[in-house]
Amino acid sequence: MTAATLPFAEPAARLSPLTGLRNAFTLTWRSVLKIRTNMEDLVGLSLQPIMFLLLFTYVFGGAISGGTHAYLQFELPGLLVMTVVFATLGTGLMLNQDINGGVFDRFRTLPIARWAPLGGAILGDMVRYMISVAITLGFGMVLGFRIGTNPVSAVAACLLLLTFALAMCWASALIGMLVKTPQGVQMYGFLAMFPLVFGSNLLVPSQTMPGWLQSFVKVNPMTGLTSAERGLLTGGPVGPPALHSLLWALGIFVVFAPLAVRAYRRRT
Amino acid sequence: MTNAIEASGLVKRFGKTTALAGVDLVARQGTVLGVLGPNGAGKTTAVRILATLLRPDGGQARVCGYDVGRQAHQVRQLIGLTGQYASVDDGLSGINNLIMIGRLLGESRGRARARAAELLERFDLTEAAQRPVKTYSGGMRRRLDLAASLVGNPRVLYLDEPTTGLDPRSRTDVWGMVRGLVADGVTVLLTTQYLDEADQLASDIVVIDHGKVIATGTPDELKDRAGGQVLEVEPASRDRLDRAAAVLASRTGAAPAADPESGLVRVPVADAAVLPVIIRDLDEAGVDLAEFTLRKASLDEVFLALTGGRRPSDDGQPGGDGQPGGDGQPGLLHDNDEIRELERSPR
Repeated sequence: MTAATLPFAEPAARLSPLTGLRNAFTLTWRSVLKIRTNMEDLVGLSLQPIMFLLLFTYVFGGAISGGTHAYLQFELPGLLVMTVVFATLGTGLMLNQDINGGVFDRFRTLPIARWAPLGGAILGDMVRYMISVAITLGFGMVLGFRIGTNPVSAVAACLLLLTFALAMCWASALIGMLVKTPQGVQMYGFLAMFPLVFGSNLLVPSQTMPGWLQSFVKVNPMTGLTSAERGLLTGGPVGPPALHSLLWALGIFVVFAPLAVRAYRRRT
Repeated sequence: MTNAIEASGLVKRFGKTTALAGVDLVARQGTVLGVLGPNGAGKTTAVRILATLLRPDGGQARVCGYDVGRQAHQVRQLIGLTGQYASVDDGLSGINNLIMIGRLLGESRGRARARAAELLERFDLTEAAQRPVKTYSGGMRRRLDLAASLVGNPRVLYLDEPTTGLDPRSRTDVWGMVRGLVADGVTVLLTTQYLDEADQLASDIVVIDHGKVIATGTPDELKDRAGGQVLEVEPASRDRLDRAAAVLASRTGAAPAADPESGLVRVPVADAAVLPVIIRDLDEAGVDLAEFTLRKASLDEVFLALTGGRRPSDDGQPGGDGQPGGDGQPGLLHDNDEIRELERSPR
């Protein structure tokens, strides 16, 4: 039998960038489908912000701000930051499961762009972040949160959050690829995130903290991001804190994206 | 081009362990190459190198003329892989798994969907199409994995122990599918621990042990090499069994095995010239014959000789002993064996 008698086309020598983009979108579709079909993920994604809102508003509200409504206005921008940052952990978890679960073997035997599974996972996660932002903001408004600025600023607030999340998820992706098990991803992720999230002005004003902690809070990327969110949602200075958080986002991206890509190339 | 797969001197080390210590493989286009070996022999490592998943530490491999290292992208357009561990997405439904692959291969939404439905039908998964794969049984996952490897109409298909853990019926189905693909011109590299599977499907066999090729050839050549032929005699009456055994012993010089259960006496025969004498002696001894068969040694016997007693199918034999239609039954292997029958009525 000769090759000529077979009804197969000769293989292409390389992949066009457009095809790579198509591959990534197909895998984005896959990630989004998985959110829809995975009930636990969906419940966690929606219930966690609701739980945080209820707990923090009614437990801390009176003690910190002398009333729940005043505290809600203060904490909601912070809780938006917290939910989105915690949600970035999902990127690492999913990549970890994919790589250990064998489906990446399938991807790697297909003639697709090598970066597509990683790109698809991260693009798909943007949808998850949007869901968390929408639920936090929506439920906050049910509890009585009011946007004190205008719709354009509110949209800008959401975009800033998503930009920051897009940078943070590369750090999560790196953890997901370096650590052996999903449990490990959870543990290292929380170990890295808790000091960042709570060592900031996210839930309380930093004035009462000891001096050394205040200096940490000042440089913490969460502080700038939270202040910018407050400015955009309830009024106040926007420019300097927004710049602070964007610079951090850029820095995180520049450091972690190449590391994550390198780890990804090693693992796959 | 006549060889779909050509690998020479493949070496792969994992730390201190040498998984492959210089393996050569050749698969002719449109045939099944059976790679046979016990657990840990290096079969999966070889497949992963040929499927562009692993880089060899030494040697080179070509698929349809394309180098698996430097031309991995071309190779990936030609191959399909069904691994030992099903590479499917647990979180997606069966149909979405297949649609995803079709889309990744550049098919339109409609065509990907149609192809997915067709493959699900072919693998008897239509009813479970919408269910998440994590609810599938082991056999269903295997079938979906097979379907997934066929979405792109591969020219070369790697099946890494495709029937391990399948029930006998699903196994026969997989065999049928492999034969169908080969009839369409697909080249199949099949690794297996089951001798009967290799015997049934493969036109060439490579036996690997400890990362090295210890034998190659067609199933017949291997059987010839490992010790010639076996004579089976069934006396018409069971009480003549001992007398038949005595005749065989005196004429072949080997110790015959008499099995009262099946009523057969078996003895290895070095030289077929002795057969007429045996028939005459049996006749003189008053043994009427129901059956008189000379057959090649089975692959089982070959394997025992090659690996020094380690049967490849020592563990994980599907079907198990005593199960009707199970694969461990010697009868099945012999029935399908290339039997050279010398059944003759005496004189």
